[in-house]
Amino acid sequence: MQVNEYKPLIVAFCCNWCSYAGADLAGNNRLAYPADVKIIRVPCSCRVNPMFILRAFQRGADGVIICGCHPGDCHYTSGNYFTRRRMAALFSMLDFLGIEKERTRVEWVSAAEGAKFAATMNDFVQTVTALGQNKRLEDLRCKK
Amino acid sequence: MQKITREQLIQKASELLENGTVSAVLGWGIGEFDYDVTPTVFSTVEELKNGFVFNDFCGANFSKYLVKKTDKIEGKILVFLKPCDTYSFNQLLTEHRFDREKVYAVGIPCEGMADIAKVKAISGDGIAAIGSDGDKLVVTTLYADEPVVIAAKDVLAERCINCKSKKHVAYDELMGEEGEVIESNRFDEVARLEAMTADERFAFWQNELSRCIRCNACRDACPACTCEKCVFDNPNSGVENKSPANEFEEKLFHIIRAYHVAGRCTDCGECSRVCPQNIPLHLLNRKFIKDMNDFYGEYQAGAEVGGRAPLVDYTTEDLEPGEVFDRGDNNA
Amino acid sequence: MQRVGVFVCWCGSNIAGTVDVEAVSEALKSEPGVVFSTNYQYMCSQAGQDMIKQAVKEHNLTGIVVCSCSPRMHEATFRKTAAAAGLNPYMVEIANIREQCSWVHKDMLTGTEKAIILGKAAIAKVNLNAPLIPGESPVTKRALVIGGGIAGIQTALDIADAGFPVDIVEKKPTIGGKMAQLDKTFPTLDCAACILTPKMVDVAQNEKIRIFSYSEVTEVSGFVGNFEVTIKKNARYVKEDICTGCGACVEKCPMKRIPNEFNLGMDNRPAIYIPFAQAVPKVATIDPNACNMLKNGKCGVCSKVCAAGAIDYTQKDEYINEKYGAIVVATGFNPISMDKFDEFAYNQSKDVITSLEFERLTNAAGPSAGKLLRPSDGKHPHTIVFVQCVGSRCESCAEKGKEYCSKICCMYTAKHAMLTRDKYPDTEVYVFYIDVRTPGKNFDEFYRRAVEEYGVKYIKGMVGKVVPEGDKLKVQASDLIANKQLHIDADLVVLAAAIEPDKSARPLATMLTASMDTNDFFTEAHPKLRPVESPTAGVFLSGACQGPKDIPETVSQAGAAASKVIGLLAKDKLTGNPCVANSNELMCNGCSSCANVCPYGAITYEDKEFRMPDRTTKIRRVASVNPAVCQGCGACTVACPSGAMDLKGFANLQIMAEVDAICK
Repeated sequence: MQVNEYKPLIVAFCCNWCSYAGADLAGNNRLAYPADVKIIRVPCSCRVNPMFILRAFQRGADGVIICGCHPGDCHYTSGNYFTRRRMAALFSMLDFLGIEKERTRVEWVSAAEGAKFAATMNDFVQTVTALGQNKRLEDLRCKK
Repeated sequence: MQKITREQLIQKASELLENGTVSAVLGWGIGEFDYDVTPTVFSTVEELKNGFVFNDFCGANFSKYLVKKTDKIEGKILVFLKPCDTYSFNQLLTEHRFDREKVYAVGIPCEGMADIAKVKAISGDGIAAIGSDGDKLVVTTLYADEPVVIAAKDVLAERCINCKSKKHVAYDELMGEEGEVIESNRFDEVARLEAMTADERFAFWQNELSRCIRCNACRDACPACTCEKCVFDNPNSGVENKSPANEFEEKLFHIIRAYHVAGRCTDCGECSRVCPQNIPLHLLNRKFIKDMNDFYGEYQAGAEVGGRAPLVDYTTEDLEPGEVFDRGDNNA
Repeated sequence: MQRVGVFVCWCGSNIAGTVDVEAVSEALKSEPGVVFSTNYQYMCSQAGQDMIKQAVKEHNLTGIVVCSCSPRMHEATFRKTAAAAGLNPYMVEIANIREQCSWVHKDMLTGTEKAIILGKAAIAKVNLNAPLIPGESPVTKRALVIGGGIAGIQTALDIADAGFPVDIVEKKPTIGGKMAQLDKTFPTLDCAACILTPKMVDVAQNEKIRIFSYSEVTEVSGFVGNFEVTIKKNARYVKEDICTGCGACVEKCPMKRIPNEFNLGMDNRPAIYIPFAQAVPKVATIDPNACNMLKNGKCGVCSKVCAAGAIDYTQKDEYINEKYGAIVVATGFNPISMDKFDEFAYNQSKDVITSLEFERLTNAAGPSAGKLLRPSDGKHPHTIVFVQCVGSRCESCAEKGKEYCSKICCMYTAKHAMLTRDKYPDTEVYVFYIDVRTPGKNFDEFYRRAVEEYGVKYIKGMVGKVVPEGDKLKVQASDLIANKQLHIDADLVVLAAAIEPDKSARPLATMLTASMDTNDFFTEAHPKLRPVESPTAGVFLSGACQGPKDIPETVSQAGAAASKVIGLLAKDKLTGNPCVANSNELMCNGCSSCANVCPYGAITYEDKEFRMPDRTTKIRRVASVNPAVCQGCGACTVACPSGAMDLKGFANLQIMAEVDAICK
């Protein structure tokens, strides 16, 4: 494996009912993923405002991932359906502006999918690491 | 050249004022220059005769003004609506932004409006007057001995070249003939950008958006931007900023603005018309419209009152955000 | 500014093994607002909790950050600790440094680094926390049960038994539902009427229960504990309180040739009718589409013969408004239409019938007085073919059938086959099936008895075609085990039609803002753990409206729904989740985007007067969130373009502060 000094900063928004519990399960089963991933708990993936995502990029995040219950399993019945539309539109727009589409992702992770959570995070970190630092949507004032 | 004349509009407005149907008229008023037409409220026939204009520069979409004006005026207000304006009119009604009962809407035909930047490109600067002669514009400038004659179709605004509809979707009364919804090529430019590599797109937008001076003209003219308080003016929103300090904020403002009007934008093109820096802002809105049409089926905001915008709706079978990129766009 | 206390838990070595807890509590000391920071072996232990309480007092803490295990584990614990120390319980934030840090990272350095960042995020958030107080709302101590079948009856009886008043709304003229139409019930073969009708009488005699028969719900507003419902009592042209149910009018009515719904159109009833002898309420109803008096003013016989003077041709639909604390949906099921199943010749031959029609044919109160006779010629059938899964488990034929298993057909078909062989041993009985599914107490034994003791011929395979020829029905079928085609000359073919939710369920779900699946069955709040509750608070599910069910299952679900209702009505006040959306009226545009995405119908609009900067007043439409209904998902906060809508406990600024702290 290639030795890479660069460590990306990943913000993961996880819904309280499925994905946050899935992350907990990954912990219970000691399934490792890089510490670059920092999780923010939200009640539902539909709570994630596009502004939060842009804010993360502004402050130096290199990738943002939103995790929610699988479609049809939303604790609030329909929240993740709205997430799906909103993020499809937003990510497509970011791509339209030339911002690397690999830096944003939506993944459905249930409370039982600890392994999927860890695998998803490993994969996402790897993808973002390959891209390197976020340059296209950064705010130099917020850089260290 | 418009099919309907200033005189016809003044006559209609005077009639409605005099018979008491309306107590004020929202129309285009004389500005500093012939091409600089200002939205104005007229209360008397006298005012109309002195100040009302109608020419190829009357692009302003009045729908938005109704939000504030309907509150200020006793009785009904007359508004002239071009076909594209009627979509904004309906969209604002969908969002309960003004009282339909307080408006008398007169649909007027539109042959497309002129883009002053295109006129200047031909005539040169220093325009003193713009007259019309049939389907030609006669431009007198300070620097040329002879007026420059330009065919109106050569200086048509981009949004009019790609006009999506000559049909009025809302009115109390219609002047002239009703038109049709048009199969336009309005998404071609978006498609052209989509076909570029991500690097090229980034360079394109970097170049465009870096010109933004955050004058807020786009926001002020946009009929979808009628928020009581804009998030960018709100210290509690966490994203308040009055002027862009850097590239990030230019992008942030325009991404969020486009996102906030996504599904509500009728593609009237006012944002690009009023941008003093000529940034093609309408492309951001059209990208959202095109995407949502592609992803969730055709939807035209404002086509009817009560339409349900794609982003406040869903089906269980919607495509996944990741699949968005598998739809024929193989660059990056 | 908050005065924040930070408490880092070792969790024995669970956290301390990979995270330098000392370094974490030290590093977080200098974060804004932090006035106290410590670490301890087990923060959740009594000693740990006492440590927190003491620190709150000593350092006048206004906020607490616990860096420990997942908030899903101990958030409630530490909230209680905070409350015990006199703090608002919502001034606690948890940094998850166990499941999402120490357990997934291997080395001390990265673990510690991440734990510090997670701690900083929690501190940034708690700095913006505000005390939250759960809202309270009163409870109207009355329940509404929609649907008067066995599910509704059982639910109503159980609720009334606990002392709460219940109203049953039934769209038919009598309660009883499908069970009233059945003959015998599996697997015990006791007669449906014998066990159902006493319950119907119980309902009628129960002082706590009101029956609105021939009625429907037309409007529902309000929320859990406080529903307001409009019930439309359809005009039955008979005064319910005066009619004695003597039946003189029914006997004398000259319009006698109206298809009898109760017997599925296999015989006729008059224009004025009582659906069956044990109907509750036992009151006559005039069918306005059939009655000559109502149609053209000519007749009036029933009025003349009614000694009680109960007939009232001028009666109008009546609307009743009532308040309820809880609503139970028990709208039940219907067999699907057989119109699209031409291959079974249902519409060509009277002798191809559905299983429910078979129930009526074998019922002593049915059109043939319980004698199994062919509908076409009244002759005794000697060969009967039962076809299972007609429209059920129909993956390829979704346009005419259902993808799901209707669940009850295997057992009732076994019952029909067994009863036929029992009463008429000279009859040959074939059952064609895909699978025989008999999970349930004494179910498999029952099915085996049908095969082994009664000699019912079970054949695995489907019937391809039924062709009427002369007085026979030519049945073409395949036997999958013998791998051959079969041709049977049958006298009667019985189709086990799939069942589907009643058509009234969909509009009702809209009124209740209760969710449904694609098949129009009501969705439960949780498929395993909350099977009798709808996701909409205060709305409960009973019986087949939630999914196909047999009688024992329906009754147990009905009882379960009733107990949930009783639990709700027993409360004087409901305490809500305080993490709900709230709208800033000054910024709200009244655009309805939020209401469009709210799954609970928690958002309503009102016109409010505002003072404008220029000292004028303006009336604007603004959103208001009902905190008793809002569940706090936050969908509205993103739909709102102006940012007027925010979520308590997960506010825009709080989440952004977390983002900032993580990205710093």
